[in-house]
Amino acid sequence: MRILLAAFALAFAASAFGQADEVAHPDPRVEARLKNIGEELRCLVCQNQTIADSNASLALDLRNEIRGMIAQGRTDDEIRAYMVARYGDFVLYRPPFEATTVLLWLGPFALLGVGFVVLAVVLRRRKRIPEAPGAKSDKQRAAIAALLESDRAPPEGPRG
Amino acid sequence: MKVLKFGIPLAVFLALMGFFLVGLYRDPREVPSPLIDKPAPAFRVAQLHQPDHQFDPQEMHGKVWLLNVWASWCVSCRVEHPLLVDMSRKQLVPIVGLDYKDTREEGLRWLDRHGNPYQVSAFDADGKVGIDYGVYGVPETFVIDKQGVIRYKQIGPITQEALDKTILPLVRKLNG
Repeated sequence: MRILLAAFALAFAASAFGQADEVAHPDPRVEARLKNIGEELRCLVCQNQTIADSNASLALDLRNEIRGMIAQGRTDDEIRAYMVARYGDFVLYRPPFEATTVLLWLGPFALLGVGFVVLAVVLRRRKRIPEAPGAKSDKQRAAIAALLESDRAPPEGPRG
Repeated sequence: MKVLKFGIPLAVFLALMGFFLVGLYRDPREVPSPLIDKPAPAFRVAQLHQPDHQFDPQEMHGKVWLLNVWASWCVSCRVEHPLLVDMSRKQLVPIVGLDYKDTREEGLRWLDRHGNPYQVSAFDADGKVGIDYGVYGVPETFVIDKQGVIRYKQIGPITQEALDKTILPLVRKLNG
């Protein structure tokens, strides 16, 4: 039984070795910067995860590359440029403002503008609508007001 | 006025449909490579078959060639492999293999089993060359021209269609 258990444990140990362990940099400042940069970079293998979050082996390799670059004293911009040179703007969660991304950046504001124009047109048109048929004339209005007024007047003399 | 009232929503609707229709046929995994029309990144790594020999893309200068990134653990590499073997048999274009994040032993065994279409195989054990080439989904294939400039990148397995419609015509044009 013991041997079986040991064999079982070993089998799992072997699969755990399948992926290289990630070794954090001894300097916590390097790790902090890595986390900061990695959170703005998309992992291309699992596209909705950041390089900081992903367990994909490519993300692990890239984290190690970035660790190396930070340790060499490269700036965040240089590291981002390194990533963009290899994987394109797609790796950036905040893509740069360019001809190809104009729609992405300005589209929402353009839609908002269209919304305001539509709103203005609708409101203006509503103002111009003639009064509905059956509306009362000024004279009738005055009569109505007088009637309402007399109804609201205090009762004359004691009741009953 | 009536034309505007119906025309504008209709135009917006058709434009949206147009975007969706295009989106339907695009693979979100295919990210355009910034390396197209740029010089192929330089590297120098050991060969797979002869560890004491190295491979440098400079050796291919003056030739139109394919750099095929593969690995023994890569399942879809098996899909495209017969096409590569067929291409090398017909000597259509020299193909260089880059065995990516693999072990030498398994890479060699894989080539023995599935056939070796490569003029030479470079061995990228730690995936550093792959990073420089922006590899994120193996297999990937680069078409590199006589001046060493990357002209096309196939992400994922090469298909007969990609070969006939894109890769081989491009190779012929570059050789032209």
